[in-house]
Amino acid sequence: MSDRRTISVTINGEAYEREVETRLTLADFIRHEVLLTGTHVGCEHGVCGACTILLNGRTARSCLMLAVQANGQEIMTVEGIAPNDTELHPLQQAFQDNHGLQCGFCTPGMLTTLIEFLGDNPDPTEREVREAISGNLCRCTGYQGIVAAALDAAKRLKGKETAGA
Amino acid sequence: MGAKMFGARVARLEDPRLLTGRGSYTDDFHLPGMLEAAFVRSPHSHAKINGIDTAAAKAHPGVVAVYTVADLPEYLRDMTVPFQVPNPAISQPFQQRLLEDREVCFAGEPIALVVADSRYNAEDAATLVEIDFDILPGASDCKSALDDNAPMCHANSSNNEGAKYTVGYGDVSDAFANAHLTHREEYWIHRGGGFAIENRAVVAEYNELQDMLTIWSATQSPFLVKQNVVDMLGWESDKVRVIAPDVGGGFGPKTIYYVEEALIPLVAKELGHPVKWVEDRRENFLATNMERDQYWDMEIAVDAGGKLLGVRGKMTHDSGAYMPWGIISPYISATTLPGPYILPAYELETRVALTNKVAVTPVRGAGRPQAVFAMERLMDRAADKLGIDRVEIRRRNLIPTEQMPYALGLIFRDGKPMTYDSGDYPKCQVEALRIADYEGFRARQETARAEDRHIGLGIANYVEGTGLGPFEGATVRIQPSGRICIYTGGGDSGQGHWTTLAQVAADKFGVGIEDIDVQKGDTGKIASGVGTFASRIAVNAGSSVHLAATEVREKALKVAAYMLEAAEEDLDIVDGRVVVKGADLSVGLAEIARAVQGMPGFSLPGGVEPGLEATHYFSPSQSCYCNGTAVVEVEVDPETGWVDILKYSMAHDSGTLINPFVVDGQVQGAVAQGVGNALLEWMIYDDNANPVSASFAEYLLPSAPETPNVDVVHIESPSPINPLGVKGAGEGGTIPAPAAIMSAIEDALSPWNVVISGAPITPSMIVEKVRAGS
Repeated sequence: MSDRRTISVTINGEAYEREVETRLTLADFIRHEVLLTGTHVGCEHGVCGACTILLNGRTARSCLMLAVQANGQEIMTVEGIAPNDTELHPLQQAFQDNHGLQCGFCTPGMLTTLIEFLGDNPDPTEREVREAISGNLCRCTGYQGIVAAALDAAKRLKGKETAGA
Repeated sequence: MGAKMFGARVARLEDPRLLTGRGSYTDDFHLPGMLEAAFVRSPHSHAKINGIDTAAAKAHPGVVAVYTVADLPEYLRDMTVPFQVPNPAISQPFQQRLLEDREVCFAGEPIALVVADSRYNAEDAATLVEIDFDILPGASDCKSALDDNAPMCHANSSNNEGAKYTVGYGDVSDAFANAHLTHREEYWIHRGGGFAIENRAVVAEYNELQDMLTIWSATQSPFLVKQNVVDMLGWESDKVRVIAPDVGGGFGPKTIYYVEEALIPLVAKELGHPVKWVEDRRENFLATNMERDQYWDMEIAVDAGGKLLGVRGKMTHDSGAYMPWGIISPYISATTLPGPYILPAYELETRVALTNKVAVTPVRGAGRPQAVFAMERLMDRAADKLGIDRVEIRRRNLIPTEQMPYALGLIFRDGKPMTYDSGDYPKCQVEALRIADYEGFRARQETARAEDRHIGLGIANYVEGTGLGPFEGATVRIQPSGRICIYTGGGDSGQGHWTTLAQVAADKFGVGIEDIDVQKGDTGKIASGVGTFASRIAVNAGSSVHLAATEVREKALKVAAYMLEAAEEDLDIVDGRVVVKGADLSVGLAEIARAVQGMPGFSLPGGVEPGLEATHYFSPSQSCYCNGTAVVEVEVDPETGWVDILKYSMAHDSGTLINPFVVDGQVQGAVAQGVGNALLEWMIYDDNANPVSASFAEYLLPSAPETPNVDVVHIESPSPINPLGVKGAGEGGTIPAPAAIMSAIEDALSPWNVVISGAPITPSMIVEKVRAGS
């Protein structure tokens, strides 16, 4: 039970080395050891998606992973999405502008899921967005604002690319 | 002056924090020396406890304490949760003890509490608590629970009836004697829950130096938590502070006060360490209150033209094992049934059954979806039997707007006669049908049928009592910085109170909402409060903000008149400054606020009392009544039973809107919950009342692909009984959804004469009905 290992992970560009119990979930490690509490735990059985993080750029449910499995890997959480302390990422801005959140509890998982999705599919249809977030439960919004935000963000991100090119 | 804020479609002030992971939910608190708790809960729906052995648990590494009933202070061992809303109709008001050591009456009832250095160790130790049970039969289905030979929910009772009452008015016998047509049918609506994505959570810290106990709880109602802690534990009210920080969804179940909210503070004080308990999802399925299970045996009487003559029947309501909120839900059900229709005679007998399940208390909609389901199904049946269109029969019975205010003849849960204060029900139905393109529907249906596709349209109307009293207050204070702060008692679990309450105050000071802070859900910031439930904050807190901000504005003008040596009537407030109209002379709110802080030895300017602030507790004379119409178009696959909602249209009248953007979101989210109730969510128990759907793999919440977009049209009939004209908007979307969806499915499957009398309906149930009809 008290088997412990030392692990090193990079979270949002910052390196962390900690000795942890081998049974500690990655979600609990991020929230209660590193104290990045933006990642939320809603079901602890991999259905609700609130704990979704990006592990080496791909979505993963941090409630279904052990912290030791993340050893040597790179994680991005909701705290790492915005470019700085005062500005929002275009996806975050689209969430605010489209009323894509109410209580905010599922939001971190929605954002990380959509970061990956919009990276893979920069010009999605509404149906594709709905499928992409089908593993993330929201009880407040009825998803309408979230879907609108994702479609709006796709446009904004494309515009940014064009502007930057 | 800035743009008018009240009524504006503005984005929320709450969002940037929540979007960047900077929210602070209860589980985000990490206090020095904090311990963590886990509960040992009954694995049986009903059992006698012969003995509890905690020796092995106490010896487990990291364990600090294990509490059973015997470990509680003596005065708390038989203490039960305070009975919140007594009613003479209640004959057996069973309430839960803090912990149980004699008889457990639902699976999930807490028996022991383990406190350890980590949740992991606490959970390990919880599994080591040995309990000797004699398993007893459980009362499961609420209708069978009232049979003579049913197992008893509480072993020492002689029956499972918790309450019985009849509501009604008019001469029902006469109505049925003179009817052209009657129809009788039994309806069933099954149990589901709120299922906020954040589970319940409590952190408590006792500060010995200040002799102060602070409780952070994921609650909708911090003042109710405080009141119950004070009542149960016997602590002084001014030594307890309850804070609802960011709360990850509420939907009703977090309104209620739970034993965990007494036990965690109790052990935190006793152990001299902060203690945290965070419910896991399994506990949430077992031990957080649910709602909805009801049977309705109903009969409708109409004349030849489809005009209502009377409705009568009997309803059986599942209360679960305890009745912490008495008969609130079934009473709301009983008084919701007449809805927007002129119903000359009505009688409903309600029997409330005790069953071995977690208690039933309001979940978004609060008894209303069931009543609307029964009434709207009856309307559909009467229409079908008379050969009248389902829309037309409703049109013929809607209360005309000229008859507002309309006295119904019933008493609502607030104890006041039910009087619909305002509303245009015919217009609401017309508008919903317009945005649904009802005119073009039958042609769409024919075209679809020619392609062997089965589409159908359903409609449902409802009226909902909102803005429940007695009050929710607000303090509006201009700080020495000039920044405006609003304090109010109800918690926010996603409603956006910061934004909407700021919108109520902003125009009084000519400022934007970003100049206003709202601190909510903290018993340390305002003297009294109630909570965020019953769609009551806009009406109660909103009106209080309006009254307090108006008073602060008047005071600012009075003091400014003195400071500027001008007449009050020559002053206005623009961009947070009091200006002399037509002159280049002004004073900022910050300077006024500092002036009324006082200077030792000097009089306050204008002889006012100190502080640029005011507090009001608006108390409505009665509930105000929101209403709406849902029109749903579905496509059903008769082979697979799959229901695809093609178009969901809703006309919604919650009076004057503070922020249409926020209200849209409330309606959309509420509809999604109604879709869950209609098609997915089903809390299943076995014959002994043991839960068998206690995870999100078995209990299905609506996810994005099957949740429809909702076209919302707002009708604004201002309420005459509060200064803002607002009504509640948080629950309306849920209420008519199951009724409208079932109506649409029946219409789609009319070639097979499919009849639906219950909710939820699953694909396999639909396939069975199609096969039976073909």
